[in-house]
Amino acid sequence: MSSQIPEENLPAAQDTAHGAVGVADEKNPFADPGLPPHEHRRQDIDERAAKRSERTVALLFTVSMLATIGFIAAFVAIPVDKIVYIFPFGHVSALNFALGVTLGVSLFTIGAGAVHWARTLMSDEELTDERHAIEAEPEVRAKVMDDFRQGAKESQLGRRKLIRNTMFGALAVVPLSGVVLLRELGPLPEDKLRHTLWSKGKLLINQNTGEPMRPSDIVTGSLTFAKPEGLEEHDHDFNNEIAKAALMLVRIQPEDIKDKRTMEWGHEGILAYSKICTHVGCPISLYEQQTHHVLCPCHQSTFDLSDGAKVIFGPAGHALPQLRIGVNDEGYLEALSDFEEPVGPAFWERG
Amino acid sequence: MKKLSARRRHPAAALVVLLLALACTGGLYAVFAPADKAQADETAQSLTIEEGKKLYAVDCASCHGTGGQGTSDGPSLVGVGAAAVDFQVGTGRMPAATSQGAQIPRKKPVYTQAEIDALAAYVASLGAGPAIPAESQYSPEGADIAKGGELFRNNCAQCHNFTGKGGALTHGKYAPNLEDVDPKHIYEAMLTGPQNMPSFPDSTLSEQNKKDIIAYLDEVNSQDTENPGGLELGGLGPVSEGLFGWIFGLGGLIAVAVWVAARTAKAKKS
Repeated sequence: MSSQIPEENLPAAQDTAHGAVGVADEKNPFADPGLPPHEHRRQDIDERAAKRSERTVALLFTVSMLATIGFIAAFVAIPVDKIVYIFPFGHVSALNFALGVTLGVSLFTIGAGAVHWARTLMSDEELTDERHAIEAEPEVRAKVMDDFRQGAKESQLGRRKLIRNTMFGALAVVPLSGVVLLRELGPLPEDKLRHTLWSKGKLLINQNTGEPMRPSDIVTGSLTFAKPEGLEEHDHDFNNEIAKAALMLVRIQPEDIKDKRTMEWGHEGILAYSKICTHVGCPISLYEQQTHHVLCPCHQSTFDLSDGAKVIFGPAGHALPQLRIGVNDEGYLEALSDFEEPVGPAFWERG
Repeated sequence: MKKLSARRRHPAAALVVLLLALACTGGLYAVFAPADKAQADETAQSLTIEEGKKLYAVDCASCHGTGGQGTSDGPSLVGVGAAAVDFQVGTGRMPAATSQGAQIPRKKPVYTQAEIDALAAYVASLGAGPAIPAESQYSPEGADIAKGGELFRNNCAQCHNFTGKGGALTHGKYAPNLEDVDPKHIYEAMLTGPQNMPSFPDSTLSEQNKKDIIAYLDEVNSQDTENPGGLELGGLGPVSEGLFGWIFGLGGLIAVAVWVAARTAKAKKS
């Protein structure tokens, strides 16, 4: 194909083209303005300037080498737990800082050297190179189409319908084996999303102290987190269980509670709500004790705990589930049942 | 008398006089100073309550009512306790400016600690409430920092961020940064629940728990906190760090590229 490049576009012929301006005529009303005249750089004319550039580039590359040596030296010499004070950053790890600075310098100076080299010393002569059609010759195209038609005819695909139809059937069915593998991505959820560890008679255990609580422990305006009795942090499935059972306890003056059911499900104004946001399941406990609002840090869903934890702002779809609580014979707070509805975000079959 | 003066030049005389003088001073000190603690305290207490009442009448009564009963401009102070006063006035939140935004901010305290103590004593006399904690209660020494971290992440981090850098709440309210807040004030805040912060009374978050939390904050969020990476960008984690990298890292590279390309290397500058 190289034989098709017009002679005048070859690099050898280009030097004379610099500064040449085409002339408009009838065949070619828009004259090719050509390339602007080539301007020399100082380094092209002045050998001392070129030498200086060379030294600058070499210096940058040398600095890079030194920085790499510095990186290795810092890695070997600085203990990993050494902390130093460096002004805008505060008390930082000496090793991290030294490695970052030396690696940064060594990479940056390689780049800076290469750029300086290319800009001041490598050839900067402008070139013209014309684009050509990538389409094949008409004869080649005709031959390919003929070959294809011949092949299709010889395969007898159009004539032997049985083969054709069974082949389509086989191709359509084969992806099913891939689809059926998806079934084994994990166990089916069954009804795990509908139940938590809470059940009738389970004591509310304070997550800070690990002790059961009496109503007098929960003062108005306070916030306490509770886990169900029997669930310990070192248990194998602790994270799975607390992700559903996490509970926040607040106490609101009975006259401030707006919803009758909310009041009934609590105990003397102590209300127990799921701590899991009903939007996408973030732990939600940014409780404002004066407004009784709870805010989710992820998407700003806001719930009013004095009014059945109704959604008053944000993307959450439904109110936070409330746990029915009471007091057992010994005077400790206990759950009266599991949550009445699934906790956390909605799911396909939630209804 | 004669006998006594005759022995005044005895070698042991100086020692005897010194011992007598010490005994007198010690005895006098014991009589007048802390010996009769209950009695001394009572008089001092009633004095400070009187002082506090005067200060209260000047700066607090307009909003909180002449007897601390509260008005439409300020809540009742009956039963809030000395700890609440020490926190609110000690962190400069009270007295508050007349027109407030969403939340009363921390500022330079207006009163001296002695005046705050007097005010606290007066407010405490209005109704029983949490007392100002002793230093042994809030000092981070001897506390379990790891346990404190666990407690902080469970109880506090949702609003105050994992390392106490603070965060936003609804309608312009916010949880403040806890950097270098006096441990006493952190303790009092947990105890009393100022503004929209819920309280964490000793019945649900024990004294030792509070001490652990203070020790954790002292470790992770103070002027001297060791921060191996430096430039923690609000302690928010990979999201803010990634954003910073994309904007300033990539932005810096683009700026350098533009700068390189904008400068001509030609000898003749046009």
